[in-house]
Amino acid sequence: MTLRRDHALQALIPHVRDEDIVVAVYQSNFDWMALNPRPLNYVAVGAMGQASSHGLGLALANPDRRVFVFDGDGSLLMNLGSLVTVAGAGVTNFYHFLFANRVYEVNGSHPLPGADAVDFTGFARSAGYAESRSFDELEAFQHGLPDILSAPGPQFSCLEIIAGNPYPRDYAYIHSAEARETFRRALNS
Amino acid sequence: MVASPTPPLETPNVAHPSGARILSLIKAAGVREVVALPDIVTSDGLLWPLSKDPEFRLTRVCKEDEGISICGAMSYNGTRAVMMMQQTGLMDSLNAIRAIGMDYHLPIVMFVGLQGKEPHLLPEDSEAYGVRIVQPVLDAMEISHSLIEEPDDEEHIPPAIDAAYAASRPHIFLIGRAPETP
Repeated sequence: MTLRRDHALQALIPHVRDEDIVVAVYQSNFDWMALNPRPLNYVAVGAMGQASSHGLGLALANPDRRVFVFDGDGSLLMNLGSLVTVAGAGVTNFYHFLFANRVYEVNGSHPLPGADAVDFTGFARSAGYAESRSFDELEAFQHGLPDILSAPGPQFSCLEIIAGNPYPRDYAYIHSAEARETFRRALNS
Repeated sequence: MVASPTPPLETPNVAHPSGARILSLIKAAGVREVVALPDIVTSDGLLWPLSKDPEFRLTRVCKEDEGISICGAMSYNGTRAVMMMQQTGLMDSLNAIRAIGMDYHLPIVMFVGLQGKEPHLLPEDSEAYGVRIVQPVLDAMEISHSLIEEPDDEEHIPPAIDAAYAASRPHIFLIGRAPETP
């Protein structure tokens, strides 16, 4: 497995349009904010596990925009039912990328329960996502991205990642009124 | 999702709010998005009727905190939504409400059925612990709430929803008696 998180995020950058919304969590969020700062980054979901649900609300309320969710594996385990909800809602503008490192990285890197056995791709497929697949090599991910993003959602991609260059964890900003207002202004401009 | 045993059958007859009026007033407040988990208090009077009403879009969720996030995210472009659930789900969602509604100052509007409440008693007088604690918990969290018990209690729905969106703060309507089926 050689897919670094920062490399995976860099691979996504050329595919994210100005009008797209990106909901990201934890280290993927901090890395994405550093690599691709943009006003339509939705940087705080409030409670662990809620990224997919925020993404769903944004996708439903903004059908003309694509919504990318950069989720964590520990996070998704806290809200597995959201896979079913997302699939049931039939949001065609919803693109779910799971950054799976199999640990609770920002809480001490403790392993997930069932860390080596959990099949996230299978969860999404069984929940009813349009398509679900996994990647653990950068080149394959880069090659697959155009097809993923040209297909109607909800699409699920599990990225089996290792840590890359970690960017600073600016919790004060992501939870700030300024961050929310920046997003709100960009969404409504 | 049971908060308490079913109340005794022999209780005083009381009037109930109108489900049709509640739904009409939700629409009057500009709400077309409803997120819900079934609740037995509001099932027949609210959720089944609105699920068949083409003016509403109903998003069914698997767990209540999903709905808190969905409603909060929808609010960023001004889309008004309400979350419907039972008070057991409310208790389960308190951290999401604390973070998304209160810390982030987002207008999460909820309709919460008080399952297990005796229709003739106020929540604070209920024999059911799970009912009796709801209002004190919300008070401790500084969350705005109001009760829909009697006919005509429904009339405050539009101004309360308007106020929640104007102040960008949560509001919870506690449904103390099953709304009459339209």
